[in-house]
This record gives sequence, structure tokens and C-alpha cells, in this order.
Amino acid sequence: MTSTTANPLEHSHHEADEKTSFGFWIYIMTDCLLFATIFAVYAVLRPSTFGGPGPKELFSLPYVLVETFLLLTSSFTFGLAMLAQRKGNKSQLLAWMGVTFLLGLGFIGLEVNEFAHLIAEGNGPSRNAFLSGFFGLVGTHGLHVTFGLIWMGLLMVQISKRGVTPLLSRKLNSLSLFWHFLDIIWVFVFTFVYLIGAL
Amino acid sequence: MRNKLLAFLPILTGCNIAVFDTKGLIAGQQADLIVTSLLLMLIVVIPVIILTFVFAYKYRASNTKAKYTPDWEHNTLLEVIWWTIPILIIIVLAVITWKSSHELDPYRPLQSEVKAIEVEVVALDWKWLFIYPEQGVASVNLVQFPINVPVNFKITAQAPMNSFWIPRLAGQIYAMEGMQTKLHIISHTPGSYEGVSANFSGEGFNGMKFIARASSSEDFTHWIDSLKHAPDSLTQERYEALAKPSSDNPVKYYSHVPAGLFMGIMMQYMDASCHQKTGMKSTDHACCKKTHGSTPDTTAMVDSTPEHCHRHPQE
Amino acid sequence: MFGKLSLAALPHDPIQGGGAASIVLGVIATLAAITYFKKWTWLWKEWITTVDHKKIGIMYIIVALVMLLRGFSDAGMMRLQLALSSGDNHGFLAPDHYNQIFTAHGVIMIFFMAMPLMFGLFNLVVPLQIGARDVAFPFLNSLSFWLFVVGAGLVNMSLVVGEFAATGWLAYPPLSETNYSPGVGVDYYIWAIQISGIGSLITGINFFATIMKMRAPGMTMMKMPIFTWTALCSNILVMMVFPVLTVTLGMLFMDRYFGFHFFTSDLGGNAMMYVNLIWVWGHPEVYILVLPAFGIFSEVAATFAQKKLFGYNSMVWATAAITILSMLVWAHHFFTMGAGGNVNAVFGIATMIISIPTGVKIFNWLFTLFRGRIIFGTPVFWLLGFLLTFTLGGMTGVMLSVPAADFQFHNSMFLIAHFHNTIIGGVVFGYFAGFVYWFPKVMGFKLYEPLGKIAFAHWIVGFFVTFVPLYIVGLMGMTRRISHYDAASGWQPLLIVSMFGVMIIGGGVAFQLLQIAYSVWKRKELADTTGDPWNGRTLEWSIPSPAPFYNFAVIPQVSTRDAFWEQKQQRALRTPDAPVYHDIHMPRNSAIGFMIAMCAGLVGFSMVWHIAWLAALGFLGVLGLIFVRSFDEDTEYYVPAAEVARIEAKLSGSK
Repeated sequence: MTSTTANPLEHSHHEADEKTSFGFWIYIMTDCLLFATIFAVYAVLRPSTFGGPGPKELFSLPYVLVETFLLLTSSFTFGLAMLAQRKGNKSQLLAWMGVTFLLGLGFIGLEVNEFAHLIAEGNGPSRNAFLSGFFGLVGTHGLHVTFGLIWMGLLMVQISKRGVTPLLSRKLNSLSLFWHFLDIIWVFVFTFVYLIGAL
Repeated sequence: MRNKLLAFLPILTGCNIAVFDTKGLIAGQQADLIVTSLLLMLIVVIPVIILTFVFAYKYRASNTKAKYTPDWEHNTLLEVIWWTIPILIIIVLAVITWKSSHELDPYRPLQSEVKAIEVEVVALDWKWLFIYPEQGVASVNLVQFPINVPVNFKITAQAPMNSFWIPRLAGQIYAMEGMQTKLHIISHTPGSYEGVSANFSGEGFNGMKFIARASSSEDFTHWIDSLKHAPDSLTQERYEALAKPSSDNPVKYYSHVPAGLFMGIMMQYMDASCHQKTGMKSTDHACCKKTHGSTPDTTAMVDSTPEHCHRHPQE
Repeated sequence: MFGKLSLAALPHDPIQGGGAASIVLGVIATLAAITYFKKWTWLWKEWITTVDHKKIGIMYIIVALVMLLRGFSDAGMMRLQLALSSGDNHGFLAPDHYNQIFTAHGVIMIFFMAMPLMFGLFNLVVPLQIGARDVAFPFLNSLSFWLFVVGAGLVNMSLVVGEFAATGWLAYPPLSETNYSPGVGVDYYIWAIQISGIGSLITGINFFATIMKMRAPGMTMMKMPIFTWTALCSNILVMMVFPVLTVTLGMLFMDRYFGFHFFTSDLGGNAMMYVNLIWVWGHPEVYILVLPAFGIFSEVAATFAQKKLFGYNSMVWATAAITILSMLVWAHHFFTMGAGGNVNAVFGIATMIISIPTGVKIFNWLFTLFRGRIIFGTPVFWLLGFLLTFTLGGMTGVMLSVPAADFQFHNSMFLIAHFHNTIIGGVVFGYFAGFVYWFPKVMGFKLYEPLGKIAFAHWIVGFFVTFVPLYIVGLMGMTRRISHYDAASGWQPLLIVSMFGVMIIGGGVAFQLLQIAYSVWKRKELADTTGDPWNGRTLEWSIPSPAPFYNFAVIPQVSTRDAFWEQKQQRALRTPDAPVYHDIHMPRNSAIGFMIAMCAGLVGFSMVWHIAWLAALGFLGVLGLIFVRSFDEDTEYYVPAAEVARIEAKLSGSK
């Protein structure tokens, strides 16, 4: 708290890092609650198919497995990116971030494609409450991933311009947390919506 | 007990307090419950209010004779006392609550040697439709029943959520689209009692009220006869016209009601395909609209579904 | 091009037109005054772009008080309507207009009066009480504030352009779905609350991080002032339940805009799920509001009784217990749904249990006064008024929590009287006490006490005159939200009394405004030169009034509860060493929070009117501004130690 250290600037950076990471963790917790609510809603609406097709008829498990594979791999490659950041290797960091970005983009592409097909076949969210719940849950996750991608793109631009500054490292840490968090949420989505749905 | 309390409050009794001026069994027990809980709470509330004034007066800064202990901040005995007293009161009240919640559960049929009368209630925009399935007649904004005979209301809606409430006879229960709730009453005094919707349902809400008339059995029979001679019968077309929004509707009678109208009103919000597949007597819960209540959010719905959807019938 | 927006959206009813005109004229007059006095630059540099928690706090409170006047005039109109509208007389408000008014009254009083008043007090007090120089995230603090302003702005805009929801303050479906409410009213409702709600969530995170991470060295959790404790618990609740509100309103939005079936009656939607979800947020919400009021009364009781707070540990545990229990009782808002005896009894008993820690708190306050030396400043009057009214409100609350009895109370005026009893007696009295108590710390002068006491007398008398009749008409069978009733009901005399009660409260509000105006005028005489006008106990009183922008020239070292009180005892024994100043690290002002909020407002407004391109533009604006902010690394600066020494010398010279 007191600025008696030899280098006050460094000291305050450390403090800011800690605050930001703490605050971001808290944000992640609130986001968890947001998803928990949507999961509960999905669970309530799940049986309300109104004669329409259920998860078993609608979802293709292999397709979703590819999606899952892309997202899980992207978490891994982000981990590699963070290792590169710790080493201070800018080009390696950017390369791994690029890979992560592409994998994430692939995931979103597959998801959009899945949604488009469902809607084209008349199984859009307004068909019944089950589909509303499905689009609501999976769509919310997809939106989060999209924002993660935009954020990642922005950080890549900044890092390529300014290098790995302490401020950018702090942001990178937050994004890393966010990205892994979305991965975990996806595991739940995959299990509850697709896997149990297919059984 | 209630009457004793009210004797002390002549102003209140003069005002015609519906909730205490009860004309039915259920409302009477509910009024007793209200008075009991009030008296229990007063055990704490009265001392608190007295202490507030006494302490404020006695320990005013200008009264330098009063004791002053600026660092006194803790006393285990005192704190134990005022954790204990509220806990004891709440334990007593919790026992009363547990028992009364079951005894006065609106879904619980009333014990009586007489056969109960069935009345189906539909909340519409903005009027109440009462269907007598056994007599095959219906009325709008007026419901009549004999005294000392239990009345079983089954309630649904084709309108935003309303709440069915006859303060002098029994507490309220919601009326909701695609769901059925129940209320059981018995009245012991003849008379006309106000019935209202207690839940706001839109522009014509002011007029969303009805008369509940408790009469002798003979009067009731006469009344049913007069309904049977009413000029209009409640055909599907007439029902659909009636269901259109309208405010401040006068009382109206219908001489004939097609069987299954009530269920039909409810089923329009339900899964029709399942209905055809399994028929009315189905016990296939997955087909019904609100089932699989496993999360806390849905426990409420289990009892609100049509009877054939009940997973755990209460009766 | 303009979606559903057309000239038909402007009001054509004379009464609604009057309301719209008063808002438009108010805005024009304010803008004209700023221009005339050439205050734009000052406003921009000192206020709009500020990230100083004290200034943000002041702005929160100003907006909250303006919204209090709006919400209060709604209340006055409702009481007047009900005093008149009996039998053949239908009063002066059409049902649809009346329905919008009570909806707006509820929404404004909770979201745009009580919440900002609370956040305002958090901003003013919490960092000062814990010996911090700012909140954890000053920029986000400014963003939250402006998001709230935008939400409040949308509610007021609905009065001029279009209409507000006519559904009741929680907008239950199916009434709030498109088939029963096709107009833009519910859309205004959704967007106003959604935008300000995101601000609330950010504030919750911000203050939680502030309290957890920025306390002065030595201030352990159990040495925190009680107000900080209650603020902490309140913010925990904000973080727990505002995500649920966001999801719920988001789903209602999807239903209305994209034909989803979350809450519709047909195709499997589940309106009861909305009722559950909204109360999962809504019940904790009232504890979010009342816990800080409890904290304020704890500070006031100890300070004005000149005595340590009785039972600090009990207070903390009671607060924590209330925090947890408040999340487990939501279903008591709909015992009448037909959930069966077991569910109802469990929720009813859980509700009653909350009264135990609350009762303990009341005894602790009473025994803080016991053997004290009570100085009757205005905050003490609010405290005593609170003990009286809140105890009664708590009593009727427990009566309501018995499910079988609730069947007779639910949605009646008895319920209305009950929650006004707890919210006015608890929240409003508490925040007013806090307002008077901390006013000198922020403004540098005290509020003129005699006028404050007259205002209090009006409030307490007006409160009982208004709400005791409402309790009675509730028992007579009068339901909430009606705008007309039969002459034979016998309610009219009581409702006329109730209207006079509101007029008395109006007198209280008038005296409060007069008090502020008079105190500003006499600020020299009322100046607080010591920084410690009430002989306070906590750290905020250890610095000059008004607090310098960096709050603490030297971060205090804390070793006990009531840290400043202890300091004063020590100081009496020996003179402290001359302070040694260091450079102070401060955040720079930023216009971006303000601009993001304006873009969010544009999104909200164009979504209400279905103007897709404008909404997209606003959204791109939000994203673009976040980009700009993220490229800005120069967000902080240092105040040199010499400058700090100069300011401190000047401040102590003025003593």
C-alpha cells in the first residue's frame, strides 16, 4: 500500500495485476451463475418438444465431437501460447494465438452451420420450448466464444505492435482464464445437451 | 381467539373486515391463524418498541445521571437471550406453519357427509366463467352453491395469470393458462360475497370480479333450473366470442355446456400430438406439458398440471 | 427506416402530455442553465469524465434524488386516483395510464432510486472507511454509473416517446409476452433494466474486489466497520443474483423479439419458470437494499450513543446469515401457485428463520443505545423511526410468511403496506440517515439540522397515516393494482386518509429539499472544519472534509476496530509524528465510460423501436470504444509527494 519500495512503478503493476486477476475471477464466477441459470432453464424445458424431434433425432454426435475437439485443442494451444508469453517469445506467442484463433473460428463456424441447418429444416427456436432452450444455451456459449475471438484478435494486434508489455500480459492472463472457462462450460454443454440427449 | 382480539378493536370490526368477517370454514381457520401469528410476534415486538422509547429517553446525552459505559460492547448472557427468544418463537410458529400448510392446503378436499359440488372456473380477459359440469350449465361472473356443501373448484385460464379469491370464504389460488389449480371451500352462512381476481391481468382488471352466492339447497336447485332455461347455450363459437377481451361484464347464464370444454381450454396450450397418441387417461408423463419436475424451479408445476399428468397425485 | 417509431409515439392524452412536457422542459431548462452559466467544460472535465469514487457517488445520489421525485409523483397520482375513483367517479387516470404509473413507480423506486442511492453511499463511504484511495477499478466504476444513468434515461424517455410497461414491476408473463402486451412498454422495461443491471453487476464485482483487496494494512475482516461488512454482503448478493436477472430478462427479450418459447403459454413455454427466476433475483434484491441500511444504523447508533457497537460479532454473523438465507426463500412470493403443503411450508419456515438474525440485530442496536450518551442528531431520529417501523414491518412480514395465512394476504393492499413498511422504514430511512451522516464528509458542510428534523417528523407521521389504512383495506379484501372500486366496498374513507398521508410525506420531501438548499446557502456557517463533525469512530472521519481527491495522504495503519476512535484516544496521550508523504498513484479521467454507456443507450432505444441498423451502429460504437480504451496504456499518473505536502498544508491551514 505504501509506496516505499525502490521502484514504485513495478510495485503498483504487481498490485494492479493482483486486483485485475482477482476481479476477473469474480467476473468468471458470475458468468458461471449465468450459465447455471440457463442450464436450469434448459433442464426444465427439455421435455417440452411438443411432438417435434428430440435431441436424439436432431443432433449428430460425430459432428459435435469435431466441434468439441476443435475447442478443446484450442484450449491446449492457448496454453502453449501462454508458455511462449512466459518465455517472452513474441513470435511464438503470436503463432500459437493464431492457431487458437483459427480453431475457435472453426468451432463457431461449425456451430453456425449446425444452427443454420436446424432452422432451415424448420427446427428453429420458435418451434417449441425445448428448441428455445437449446438455442438459448448453446447460443449464449457461442456468443461468449465469439467475444473471446474478438478479444483475442485485438490482443494479437496489440502484441504485434507493442510486444509483451506488462499490461498486455495481464490482459492475456485474463483472456486465457476466459478461454479455459468457456472450454469447461462447453464440456458441460456437450455432456448435458448432446451426450445425454443422444442416449 | 379472533373474536376476543377483535373485541378490543371496535374500529376494525366496524369497518367490515372481510378477512375476519368470515363466512366459510377455510377462511375462518385462516383468520385464526393470522391472529395467532400476530400474537406470537407481539411477544417480541411490544418489548422492542417500549425499549426503543425508554432507552432513547433515558440515555439522552443531557441526562448525565444515567450510567454511561462507552466501552461495553459484549455480554454473552444477553446475546444468548436474544438469540434464544426469537428462535423459540419461530420454532412454535414453524410447527403451526407446517401443520396449517397441510391442513389448509387449497388442494385438500374437505371432509363432509354430503357429496361435493364440482365447479370449473376459467379466468378470461376480463371475466370469470363458471362451468357446472354435472349440471351442464355455466355462468359468467356469478357462482352459486348451497351452504354446508363442499365446493370443489378446478381453475384454469385463457388470459394472463389471475388469482381466484373470495376473501370471506377462503384464501386465493392462481388461475393460469394451460394449468389447473384447485380450491376447496365450504360456506355455512347464506349470503352474497365479493370474489375478485387478486392478480393483475391487464387493462380490464378493475372489472375482473364476481359474486359468490351461498344459498340454501332449494335456492341452489332453483338457480340451476333457471340456468337451464337461459336463452343461450355455450357453444364453441359462443365460448370463443366470450373469450375475447371485454371489460365490466354483466352476469350471464348459459343453458348448456359441451362436455370437455374445460379440458379443451386447458389443452389448447398442451401438446396436442401426445393427446391424440395416448388419450385422455394417459399416465405417460413425458407427453404432458409440465413434467419431470426435478429442479426446484419446477416443483411448483407438478401439482398444477392436469390430473392425468400428475406424477404424485396428492389425494 | 425507423422501425416502429413514428409521430404516433408522442403522447396525445392531456395528462400524459403534461408528464412528458414536464420532463422535456426540465431537460431543456437544465441544458439552458448549463449553457448560460458556461459550465459545459467544467461539467465535462470535473464530472462526466471523472473516475473519482466520491464524485461518482455524488452523481449517483443526485440522479437517485431526481428519480425519487419522479417515483414519488407517481405515488401521489396513484393515491389521488384511488381516493377519487369510487362508484360512479372513475378518477382522473384511465386504467392503461394508471397501470403504467404503478409499474413505473415500482421500477423506478427499486432500480433507479434505491439502488443508485445505495451505490452512491458505497462510493462515498466504502473506500474512505477502509483507508483506500479509490475503488479497485475506477474506470469500470464510471462505466457502471453511466450505464445506470442510461437505464434511468430510457425509463423517462418512455414517458415522452411511446409508453412504459403496464404489467406490474416484475412483468410476469404471459401478460408481458407479445400477445398480451404488443406495445413498446415492456421493451422499454427490458432494456432500461438490462442496461442498468449490467452496471449494477459490474459495481458489485468492483466493490467486492475493493473491500477484499484494498483495505488499509492491519484491517482484518473482523476489524472492518459494520457498514463495510454490510456493503460486502450486499455486493456478494448482487454478484449472485444479477446474472439471474440478466438471463431472465434476456429470455423475455428473445420471446418477444424472436418468437422463442421460454415463457409463453403455448408450445411448452413455462411462465411459472419466469416467476421463479425473477424472484430468485427479486427476493435477495430487497436484502441487497436493506443490509447496507442496517450497516448505516449500526454506524449511527455507535457514533451518536458515543459508545462501542454492541455485539459486533453477532452483527457480522447475523448479516452473513441473512445473506445466505435471503437466497433460499424466493418461493414465498407465490405460495398461491399451488405447490402443495410441503413446498409451501419449507419456504414459509425458511422465511421466518430470517427474522431471527434480524431480531438479533434489533436487540444489538437497542443495547448500543443502552448506557450510552445519545446525542439527538438527525440520523438518530431516523434510527428510532426505523426501529419502530421496521419492527412492525417485520412482524407483518412473518405473518405473511405463514402460507395458509398468505392465501388471504397475497396481492392485497396488506402486502403493499407490508413491503412499504420495510422498504420505507428500513431502506429509505436508513439511506436518509446515511445521507445526513456522511454529507459533511463529502460536501464539507453539515446539513441544517432543524429542517432535517422537521422533515423526519413529516416522514414518520406521513408513513403511518398512509400505510395503516392500506393494511386495513387489504384485510377488507382490496387487491393491489386496481384503479377503481365499488362505492359499497367502504374503502374510500381509508383511501382518502391514505392520500393525506402521502401529502404529509410530500411535505417531508419538500423540507428535505429546502434543507439542502438552505444548507448550501449557509454553507459557511455550517462548514465542517475539523473533518470529524460527529466525533466519529471510523477512518473516513480522520481526513479533512471534503476529502482530498486522493483521500488519504498517508495510508493509515489499523490495529483495532473503530480505528479512528482508537487513534483519537492515542493522540490524547502523545502527539503523533509529522507525516512523511510519498508519491500517490492515481487513475486518469476518461470519457470512454460515458461514451460506451451512451452507445449502449442508443442500442437500447433502437431495440425498443426495432431500428436494427441503429442498434448495430450503437453496438459497433460500444465495441470500438472498448478497442480504443484497450489501446490506451496511459491511464494512470503520479501525484508527487511535494504536491501532496502542499495540498495537505493548505487543508490543515484552513482549519
